[in-house]
Amino acid sequence: MQKIGVFVCHCGSNIAATVDVKKVAKMALKEPGVCHAEDYPYMCSEAGQSRIAAAIAEKGLTGIVVCSCSPRMHEATFRKAAERCGLNPYMVEIANLREHCSWIHKDMEEATEKAVILMRAAVAKVHLNTPLQAGESAVTKRALVIGGGIAGIQTAIDIADAGYKVDIVEKTPSIGGRMSQLDKTFPTLDCSACILTPKMVEAAAHENITIHTYSEVEKVSGFVGNFTVDIRKKARMVDMTKCTGCGVCQEKCPSRKTANEFNRGLNTRSAIYTPFAQAIPNVPVIDTESCIKFKTGKCGVCAAVCQAGAIDYKQQDEIITETYGAIVVATGFDTIKLDKYGEYAYGQSKDVITSLELERIMNAAGPTKGHLERLSDGKAPKEIVFIQCVGSRCSDDRGKPYCSKICCMYTAKHAMLIRDKYPDVNVTVFYIDVRTPGKNFDEFYRRAVEDYGVNYVKGQVGKVAPQPDGSLLVQGVDLLDNKQILKKADMVVLATAIEPNPDARKIATMLTASIDTNNFLTEAHPKLRPVESPTAGVFLSGVCQGPKDIPETVAQAGAAAVKVIGLLAKDKLKTNPCTAQADELLCNGCSTCANVCPYGAITYEVRLVNDHGIREERRVASVNSALCQGCGACTVACPSGAMDLQGFSNRQIIAEVDAICR
Amino acid sequence: MSKQSELIAEISGVNPLKCMKCGKCSASCPSFNEMDIKPHQFVSYIQRDDIEALTASKSLYKCLSCFACVERCPRGVKPGKLIDAARQLVLRQRGQEYLSPDEVPALLDEETPQQLLMSAFRKYRR
Repeated sequence: MQKIGVFVCHCGSNIAATVDVKKVAKMALKEPGVCHAEDYPYMCSEAGQSRIAAAIAEKGLTGIVVCSCSPRMHEATFRKAAERCGLNPYMVEIANLREHCSWIHKDMEEATEKAVILMRAAVAKVHLNTPLQAGESAVTKRALVIGGGIAGIQTAIDIADAGYKVDIVEKTPSIGGRMSQLDKTFPTLDCSACILTPKMVEAAAHENITIHTYSEVEKVSGFVGNFTVDIRKKARMVDMTKCTGCGVCQEKCPSRKTANEFNRGLNTRSAIYTPFAQAIPNVPVIDTESCIKFKTGKCGVCAAVCQAGAIDYKQQDEIITETYGAIVVATGFDTIKLDKYGEYAYGQSKDVITSLELERIMNAAGPTKGHLERLSDGKAPKEIVFIQCVGSRCSDDRGKPYCSKICCMYTAKHAMLIRDKYPDVNVTVFYIDVRTPGKNFDEFYRRAVEDYGVNYVKGQVGKVAPQPDGSLLVQGVDLLDNKQILKKADMVVLATAIEPNPDARKIATMLTASIDTNNFLTEAHPKLRPVESPTAGVFLSGVCQGPKDIPETVAQAGAAAVKVIGLLAKDKLKTNPCTAQADELLCNGCSTCANVCPYGAITYEVRLVNDHGIREERRVASVNSALCQGCGACTVACPSGAMDLQGFSNRQIIAEVDAICR
Repeated sequence: MSKQSELIAEISGVNPLKCMKCGKCSASCPSFNEMDIKPHQFVSYIQRDDIEALTASKSLYKCLSCFACVERCPRGVKPGKLIDAARQLVLRQRGQEYLSPDEVPALLDEETPQQLLMSAFRKYRR
């Protein structure tokens, strides 16, 4: 028989205001095996923990139930406290009286009744607890960063600077990401390329960083400290070791009709291409879908002009397998598609563009060489209308329910830059709210209004109608004036909502990392663990976790790197002893458990089994406890009850249910 | 909320609290200049229970039932449905006859949204 102590926490008034904590402690004493019960305002405090220690010493407790907050919050605290007193940490159970009871109920009597039941279930479980020992696993001292934008680059540099090896896997032919497409950055208006390219070069030159561009993560297995990852290195058709980056192949390539992704499709590129001048690596790839050689077999101009003999039409995709201790997701974002927003005439008129397209138009390396001109007729616009919140803050299925966060600032930036360079151009911004929290951000927006004369109108645009004369008729509203506005514009710029990279869900699934309804990766705790995924060993950097600007992305990238470094600095990791075990006498060899196991931890083997004196060879399940994460899927799936989870055994669960139903 | 506000919520199936005051309805409305209470203001009248002013408004009869605001509202507030519900309140109170059901088949064609037809014979009594 266990000697159990029950400790009821008030959590200030969080629990005590709704639950009669004294009564819970009193009722605990009526439970079999409970020889000590008390309540205390803050059980997690030093004083609270020393009360637990004192009770263990005085009463010789063998099991402990703490009635407090969620085990996600303080289970580790109380387990450590018990361990310090010589009690096995797995003899501690938490009854969640806060999240599961006091916070969600109002009536004290009902809440107290439920609290007593939760306490009783925990006591029933402790009776069947057995001491468990955590194992150890080694840590591979190498990190993988998925995505080579500013988030991935910064994370990789910070990890590499600490002395650990890092691999960056980037899907496109070059690192640089969205930031490389931007012209200027707010609020200081530095040239984006000028501050990004040194970082790209630093990453490429770093002895601890390996960059795999034009590559994708194909398969991930393993667990924290020991991930095994298959990376597909797509065939570039150009030998990276031979190419000198002279660019002659791109100049001579006769196929020039493919939409240029880097310029958001505003102009075209050759079939053999590097996305932009400062690309890293400066080695082109052949887009085999556009390449005449691949389509018809007749061309080969690039191979003929290449002095280095780097063109290799026979190159095949290559799969490399690497092991990593930690994985950072930095997959970034894209702008949403606007096909559901017919009222803005995007796609109908070439002069209705997204802000990211304007970014390319303003850029000296862009389709208009940095001249602000209409894409329809090349004329200089005189009247430009910006529309905010296009697809952001929409609860319908056309857009996204969240605020994209960066649009207010980049619109102020665009408006200011245009007014600065072309003072004769009128700029009107239709907005719902101007959201500019951030250092020097509101000042920046006010400068656009006060110093540059940008006309901000509180209200939305209902429709943009292309006119026969090539202009755009904008129908909007000024809510402060309570007037409808009809404005003839030469160009309309849409502050289009951003969404996570379309590959985010695929990557998250491979990593068993959780993801929200908007396809943003979920953090382990929204406030206290913002750069970690709930999946151990997986970290988040940049917009894949939620909308953020460059300064925030860089800060988060550094934070993710620190978490990775903290993990890689350890030689051994303690493993969770709450893993599954198969009872070979009950196992009927059906493989159901192996099929449901998300971690590939279950294999089958033929083994000599002694079943009550009958010795025979049977095919039985075997769990690799290093791979098992204790999810319990197999215990539910097993038709013969042979699978059991240590620390959450079938008997323990049933005992809890019995206690609740008593 | 008064009984009338509740009725409007029930008839329209709209939750006025979802409005974020973006003004897209008023920006879209072809009858904006004819209206005394503008489409983006409908929710405010319902929220502060000023149904009397709303039902006395000429906006009820200036709305063309084009449903541009219903289509484009990013929050699903659908001002066109709110005003349609307010209109029904007025008509129900008067208890008058409007279009006869016998006349409906002649008005039907495949292009016309059914909702528009319904609004039409709520709006234009005989």
